[in-house]
Amino acid sequence: MDRVKTSTLTGAEIVVRCLQAEGVEYVFGYPGGAVLFIYDELFKQDRVKHVLVRHEQGAAHAADGYSRASHKVGVCLVTSGPGVTNAVTGIATAYMDSIPMVIISGQVPTHAIGLDAFQEVDTVGVTRPCVKHNMLVKDVRALASSIKKAFHIATTGRPGPVLVDIPKDVTTQSCEFDYPQSISMRSYNPVRKGHAGQIKKAAQLLLEAKRPMVYTGGGVILSDAAPQLRELVKLLGFPCTNTLMGLGAYPATDRQFLGMPGMHGTYEANMSMQHCDVLLAIGARFDDRVIGNPAHFAQNPRRIIHIDIDPSSISKRVKVDVPIVGNIPDVLDELLKLLRDSKPQDIGQWWKQIDEWRAKDCLRYDRNSTIIKPQFVLEKLYEVTKGEAFVTSDVGQHQMWAAQFYKFDRPRRWINSGGLGTMGFGLPAAMGVQLANPGATVACVTGESSIMMCLQELSTCKQYRLPIKIINLNNKYMGMVRQWQQFFHGNRYSESYMDALPDFVKLAEGYGHRGVLIEKPADVEPVLKESFSRKDELVFLDFITDQKENVYPMIPGGKGITEMILYEDL
Amino acid sequence: MTRHIISVLVENEAGALSRIAGLFSARGYNIESLTVAPTEDASMSRMTIVTSGSEDVVEQITKQLNKLIEVVKVVDLSEAEHIERELMLIKVRAGQKEREDMKRMADIFRGRIIDVSDNTYTIELTGDGRKLDAFIQALDPASIMETVRTGTSGIGRGNRVLRV
Repeated sequence: MDRVKTSTLTGAEIVVRCLQAEGVEYVFGYPGGAVLFIYDELFKQDRVKHVLVRHEQGAAHAADGYSRASHKVGVCLVTSGPGVTNAVTGIATAYMDSIPMVIISGQVPTHAIGLDAFQEVDTVGVTRPCVKHNMLVKDVRALASSIKKAFHIATTGRPGPVLVDIPKDVTTQSCEFDYPQSISMRSYNPVRKGHAGQIKKAAQLLLEAKRPMVYTGGGVILSDAAPQLRELVKLLGFPCTNTLMGLGAYPATDRQFLGMPGMHGTYEANMSMQHCDVLLAIGARFDDRVIGNPAHFAQNPRRIIHIDIDPSSISKRVKVDVPIVGNIPDVLDELLKLLRDSKPQDIGQWWKQIDEWRAKDCLRYDRNSTIIKPQFVLEKLYEVTKGEAFVTSDVGQHQMWAAQFYKFDRPRRWINSGGLGTMGFGLPAAMGVQLANPGATVACVTGESSIMMCLQELSTCKQYRLPIKIINLNNKYMGMVRQWQQFFHGNRYSESYMDALPDFVKLAEGYGHRGVLIEKPADVEPVLKESFSRKDELVFLDFITDQKENVYPMIPGGKGITEMILYEDL
Repeated sequence: MTRHIISVLVENEAGALSRIAGLFSARGYNIESLTVAPTEDASMSRMTIVTSGSEDVVEQITKQLNKLIEVVKVVDLSEAEHIERELMLIKVRAGQKEREDMKRMADIFRGRIIDVSDNTYTIELTGDGRKLDAFIQALDPASIMETVRTGTSGIGRGNRVLRV
């Protein structure tokens, strides 16, 4: 990066110059009192483009989606008080999924801090538990280095959102601008290389394995390690599963891919996770939605190798035998070097077992239904978009069906809120994805309940001409809540029915978009084809789907990974 | 559940303490005591946290502390030989009747009387937590007017040093 040195600049100018120096293309934000000077500076230049959302939650999700689909840092700009509290859900979403983001928030002037000033909130306090780091900049001379630090921290080690809170008076004060080329911090030095001895041990275990399994998560996507993963899995001939956050890291259409593991994972993936003798976990964290009950998981003896950039992810829920802390591509490069000339065990028997599990066809559903089945819509979506769309989702049944039925062959194509499970994520995230990939096909798979949580962003889509296709699986229920109530609460559908729904077609039209209502299975494919041919238009597709459809398989909360409820059980 | 004394070197920045305290409450870790003050290097503070938990939990605590951006170094003092000390100031009733006894008691525990009034003594007492507890127990509860304790500070024995 060029060292930018000029005469004195105001804090507001410095903010914009820093963003330019970082090569920021888009800032997602919403103006307000405390950030007026920054907005004034944005107005005077055209290198950093601003995207005006309709609610700050949308700004955070859009920046997040932009980052996930591009591997660049997502940046958002919000005002003090309600501006930043509105963004908190989006920040927490990014934090849980380790997304590199920089949030710049305005703050009341330094002399007013602590006096309950208008639109004052303790931003550093409110966001502390859901950011990788945050800071309040009280001195304009520390502004440039703080922003540099924010980008550095957000993108290195285990990525995450970093917030920089800037009081209004700091944006008007001046100092010499000197953007640091690099930053070094004695308290923060993430490792890259894995321990050579541990990598050697891992290689040995993999070569001795009779029932191996490769289990990878969001870390492989975030560190851009998909090429290494593919080479490793192909080289060894092992079965592979990707978590909800890791889909696309290994091609879903490949025979060695067993589908997603976990609560709504495939039978074959879950059985293989439980019965393998060597488990290679990469950038995954054995969370409760993946392995279910850890005590049940521990019943079967297996050797576990765990590669992760974050030491605290290792041995958190499951004890591992060979921990390797490091940057995944670096570690896999080393591992590949050791394995290229070796020969793994013959695992023909293991594959025979896996194919038997696979033959259960655990994702089957009623294909002769006269009501639209949500799974059918997703299968058709996959076909019509030739598997090449960027797919965002909200949270619930539609999310699980999308993960099960859309086969992602490439990383960064599946964008969803896995950790926090944020309804309302899908549409604003799709905006970021579309801006990061102009001309690409972007589908937002959602439900009638989720979509209404950030519906206002339809207006943003209009303003920036974002031709997103919204796949609304409308079953008039908070489907996943309804499913749990059916299974575990005696069919008492407490407050999960969505009454008084809007006419989504008219609503889309009201925002200046196109809306289509689809009620018959036969119409699904033609309407999808027609809609996706409209390259310049947002189309809201309102699919009226089976109200009582459930997601299978399902591991009930607290149960073991093999204690699945299957479609055929009911 | 074992007791651990964790020493943390942390950048002397606003908010570092709340970040650490917040980590403990957010993740449900125990804090028995926490002390913090600047070190000989004014840019850094040293914190001593006394906590308890299973080995797994304590491993997570040190890992999570290390993850905080402002944390420079973390060491679990209780993993090896170490010394711990705590300071207590205790104000006791010391009228004509109790004065002699109270003075003797302070002497036994190697406490120092640092403030005297007509009917009170303030005693300064240093030691590990158990010694301070023992002193409190040795007194008639009715004679204790006020106590204040610093919480435990700790340091490794011999050449074991925590610094950057």
